[in-house]
Amino acid sequence: MTALLELDRVSKRFGGLLAVHNLSFAMREGEILGLIGPNGAGKSTLFNLINGVFTPNSGRIVFNGADITGERPFMVARHGIARTHQIVQPLTNMTVLDNCTVGACFGRENLPLHRATEAARAAAALVGLDDRLHLAALHLTIAGKKRLELARALAAQPKLLLLDEVLAGLNPTEIEHMIAVIRRIRDSGVTILIIEHLMQAIMSLSDRIVVLNYGEKLAEGAPAEVARDPQVIEAYLGDPKLAAALEGKDEGSAAHG
Amino acid sequence: MLCRPFFWIIAPVVGAFVVSPLIGNDVQLRESLALAAVYITLASNLNLMLGYAGYINFGSIVFFGLGGYICIWLVDSNHWPLAASLIATGIGVSALSLIFGFGILRLRGPFFALSTIGIVEGVQAFVENFKPWGGSSGIYISPEVFAPLGGPGPALWVIYFLLVAVMAASLYLSYGIKISKFGLGLLAIGQNEDAAAILGVPTPRYKALCYSASAFLPAIAGGLYFFKGAFIQPSDAFDLTLSTEAIVICMLGGQGTVTGVALGAYLYEELRGYLLVSSTFSNFQLVIAGALLLVIVLFFPSGLMGFIYSRFPRLQKVLE
Amino acid sequence: MFGIIASIIDGVLVGLVYGLAAMGLTLIWGVMDVINLTHGTMIVAGMMALYLISGALGISPYFTLPPILIGGFFVGVALYWIAVHRMMGRPPLMSLLSTFSVNLILVGLGTAVWGTALFNVEVSLPGLTIDRYTFPGPHILAAVLAAVIASLLYFFLHYTRLGKALRAVANNREAAELVGIPTTRVLAIAVGCGVALAGVSGMLIGTLFPFTILSGDGYQLKSFVVTVLGGFGNPVGALMGGVALGLLEGAVTPFVPVSWTLVIEFVLFVLVLIAFPGGVFARRGAL
Repeated sequence: MTALLELDRVSKRFGGLLAVHNLSFAMREGEILGLIGPNGAGKSTLFNLINGVFTPNSGRIVFNGADITGERPFMVARHGIARTHQIVQPLTNMTVLDNCTVGACFGRENLPLHRATEAARAAAALVGLDDRLHLAALHLTIAGKKRLELARALAAQPKLLLLDEVLAGLNPTEIEHMIAVIRRIRDSGVTILIIEHLMQAIMSLSDRIVVLNYGEKLAEGAPAEVARDPQVIEAYLGDPKLAAALEGKDEGSAAHG
Repeated sequence: MLCRPFFWIIAPVVGAFVVSPLIGNDVQLRESLALAAVYITLASNLNLMLGYAGYINFGSIVFFGLGGYICIWLVDSNHWPLAASLIATGIGVSALSLIFGFGILRLRGPFFALSTIGIVEGVQAFVENFKPWGGSSGIYISPEVFAPLGGPGPALWVIYFLLVAVMAASLYLSYGIKISKFGLGLLAIGQNEDAAAILGVPTPRYKALCYSASAFLPAIAGGLYFFKGAFIQPSDAFDLTLSTEAIVICMLGGQGTVTGVALGAYLYEELRGYLLVSSTFSNFQLVIAGALLLVIVLFFPSGLMGFIYSRFPRLQKVLE
Repeated sequence: MFGIIASIIDGVLVGLVYGLAAMGLTLIWGVMDVINLTHGTMIVAGMMALYLISGALGISPYFTLPPILIGGFFVGVALYWIAVHRMMGRPPLMSLLSTFSVNLILVGLGTAVWGTALFNVEVSLPGLTIDRYTFPGPHILAAVLAAVIASLLYFFLHYTRLGKALRAVANNREAAELVGIPTTRVLAIAVGCGVALAGVSGMLIGTLFPFTILSGDGYQLKSFVVTVLGGFGNPVGALMGGVALGLLEGAVTPFVPVSWTLVIEFVLFVLVLIAFPGGVFARRGAL
């Protein structure tokens, strides 16, 4: 398999804290890879490293054959990587449509303004924001802002989408809707790397899981395997019964697949 | 741009500037409109950095002053024709601004703002010690330079129309940028620079382009202004008062809007004209500007246009 | 050779006063992320207060220190309520503009009343003579007083309840509010202290050099350079940065015309910021 994204022994240190340590994994095109781990395990830091917000102290990050280690964020975006943030970062006083148009204009396709607006509308429609296109971002609810974050990333037509806790703060109905949207996104050909604390959601969405703990990779594999892994259970899942329950759930959804 | 209504709103305003002093050969009106044109030029171009990209340039006067010096030096000492001098001035100051920008544009918000003041002080200190440009005494232009323009009288009219042209160019430039992809990127930078970078906006390049663009027309305006006065000295050319007033005008009218800047400039100039005439207030120009700015920042941060748009949202589709 | 060293030592003495001035700036910056653009003018206010009070009452200049310290505090609290309070929670550029506008008002009023007149406060104090070089008495006393006040500030910040509250608010305003600290009051006190420090440093500088209403710009720039060298929100760093700046000035001024000193300091300011975006000893939010 030629990997779309490959991390090779990536490390990042902040003063005395080793946030990410010797991390390696690869992603295949079209898969959904879930990233789980306790708080402070280095997940968001990892996103920032891929994104170009931070530069690794050592290691390489290769995307689509190109070495993007340490590239500035806007150059990473041009390669075709888009992300959402755990704490939403809307362009506050701009409208939903303008927010998404920015994504479309400056993303991988680097579209001119009028075509970017079309792509923006399509992305907004995909997440269900097409009824609020001319609303200023600051007037959206938190769920709306999360959708905007996603639409904006999608408008850039990325090859790789980094989702950082898109489900946090949503009610069950909104979560269901968002999960359906994420599946649709993958079906349209986008590879997804997702951080999520909602166990059921991430286990059912992901093709594979990587578990981080204290910046190191603890386990990697299919959700079922990872859920059974005793180290993972001890570090993160906590309750062996929960692990078993997830396993059962996972087999159930695999049948729908 | 031609199909947008706003294009056709700017045009009559420019037309009024051109036509009204011609009626009855009203020289006094021409002079006050010339000053208004200068204010509008400075404020519109400042708005590119302030209102779009969200960077306060306290020292925008440096473009105006340097423009004045370069133009006068080319025309008076080197005997270039005015038109060529103005073009060279615009290009020269824009290029120089890229050099300044290389140093200071990587600084964030407040640090950038403070360093723009430092640039003015630095340039002023340099010019004061620069003998070819007259040092601290400045340069007086010899009257012969007005001959190609038909003599001092007609020259003032030519300069006036050129100033109006520069003003019109400034208004159209800031409007054109606002509706372009470049403008969208700048606005995104102004909202959240980090998020904009992650979205792919090439922030260093855009900021440099914006800063340089905001130097071009004010430089030409400076060239015209000081050429008209036939005299330039460092303390006038680099007087921070003018760039401060430009900031007040932008905030007064509504930063980020094109109409607001023009409106704000007009209102401010009227206020200022009234103050200067009244003997009690003439010393208080800065105080009034400061008080005005304080009130705006505290209570009306979106300025006049922000206030109007909140009352009449439909207008926002037509005006900018 | 000893001439250079003497100049440097003298620079260090003056630098301590610059450090005190910068402490005022950095305190406000550290506690609430506000850059006080009235800082230079407050320094000048201290100078003018020195001139007017000692002139009017005919007392020794140094007796004006307590009233300037106290008066400065109240002026600072007023400044908070006028220009800073409503800016909390707004983008930082807004507080920049609000303090800038207050500065315009103050400078405008100052120049309207006093114009660009040069003021000089006569201070006769015996100096310290070593070999051929005399260290002026006022320089020594100003340095000592600056060090004393700086120590008092340090003691205040680290050994009193109010000081702790200030540091808590600097570190995390929301958390401080949640544990019951009246943040608004603390913010006002912080600005009060910041302006008081500016005023007192102005008073001390007034005993050293002549000044005009417009002298504030230069000293404000020096404060910014010191803050950048010493770390934002770091009063101890500010004092050390002041010493560093004084050292630099002492080493450079024998060779360079005075009008270029500020330009050099500005270039230093920009270069340091480019190299160390958070200041040399960045330790924000941890007064």
